[in-house]
Amino acid sequence: MAGTAVLGRLGERLRWRVCTLIEQRAETAGAITLVFRVPEWPGHLAGQHVDVRLTAEDGYSTQRSYSIASAANGERLELTVQRVPEGEVSPYLIDELAVGDQVELRGPVGGWFVWRPEQTEPVLLVAGGSGVVPIMAMIRARRAAANRAPFRLIYSVRTPEDRMYLSELRRGDPGLDTTFLYTRSAPDGWSRPAARLDARDLTASGWPQDFEPTVYVCGPTGFVEHAADLLVDLAHDPERIRTERFGPSGG
Amino acid sequence: MAIISRGFRGRPRPAGNRLPPGQYETKDFPVLSAGPTPRVDLASWSFEITTEAGARHSWTWGQLLALPSENPVVDLHCVTKWSKFDTHWRGVSLDILLAEVETAAEYARVRAYGGYTTNVPLEDLLDGKAWIAYRYDGEDLAPQHGGPARLLVPHLYLWKSAKWVRGIDLLVQDEPGFWETAGYNNYGDPWREQRYWGD
Repeated sequence: MAGTAVLGRLGERLRWRVCTLIEQRAETAGAITLVFRVPEWPGHLAGQHVDVRLTAEDGYSTQRSYSIASAANGERLELTVQRVPEGEVSPYLIDELAVGDQVELRGPVGGWFVWRPEQTEPVLLVAGGSGVVPIMAMIRARRAAANRAPFRLIYSVRTPEDRMYLSELRRGDPGLDTTFLYTRSAPDGWSRPAARLDARDLTASGWPQDFEPTVYVCGPTGFVEHAADLLVDLAHDPERIRTERFGPSGG
Repeated sequence: MAIISRGFRGRPRPAGNRLPPGQYETKDFPVLSAGPTPRVDLASWSFEITTEAGARHSWTWGQLLALPSENPVVDLHCVTKWSKFDTHWRGVSLDILLAEVETAAEYARVRAYGGYTTNVPLEDLLDGKAWIAYRYDGEDLAPQHGGPARLLVPHLYLWKSAKWVRGIDLLVQDEPGFWETAGYNNYGDPWREQRYWGD
């Protein structure tokens, strides 16, 4: 695993930027996409995240990290926020924040779980639940760059209602194959019963390991541990499996 | 200057001054790793310290367990913002492992099974500040938390506490590790909020 610098220059501090909410749209019952205008945003790579800071009137402030959902597009930046029940930050961002409101944000952060438009090898994307957010950024960055690398997406959700970005994924992209998996309840007439991801799913809808795909796995910890383990069992090189785990805690 | 988030109140903050800036307290133990959890066989496990002169000191699993151990109770601070208080560990102090090692090096590169690396000034591993930990909360350290053994250096952000540790190279020159070359701070002091480059 060799890290590669993708941010600004060493020593250049990532500064907090005051950004303004310009648009919001519901993705599922529990998730919302927030579109911000971020002055002088330096751009980002698909898969990177930002830190968001909220400050209360008494001076208390708290921060959370959110994956960027959009491809780089000037000063426009999209985050998709999944509600964490009892959370400190996500209910505020979903229920309270209104168009025109400002929050502080800094980034982009993270130089490992990223896809670059120069990459040409096959890519397997494995998403669990809201882990699809940085993966969607990769799909969008590929589209924006008119990149032809073959992509396959395996997207595991509990129920059909939990699918984010559904119309965009249904519209599809040339060279992107999308497979939905359901763990609790599948749509009527679906041939695969609702069940957690298994090796057959990865064989049927992923890439053979000898194609040497780069694999990105993102989701809750249990999902990522399980998926990465199956991929190693299928002889995928651990060096080509990049993971991002969402802990059960957070906000 | 911070802007006020209209209507944001936040949670009651009972943690007081145990919480470094920008952190929040969690009760569970989130997992963050860059790749699959490596499969480490105890029969062939070893921990090795190499010096700038090329000397090697290594311990098998049995030899590590035979060394005097300590039971540190420490607070953990992850750069992803969560902090966890009063975590219970068992491990061998680096003071013991480094006691017989002749070195003039000032830097350490920590290596892990799976290829992960991180860098720490050598003095941050000495004087009761760091352990090779192999038990957590009364049980063998689980693989997703770095078992069979991980570095525990709790006064720095948790990415410095390399999971699945397999060795420490003592170096005359500092050498940034995996996250340190990918945008994260070279030192990582939570109390100075050194999360990223330039912090």
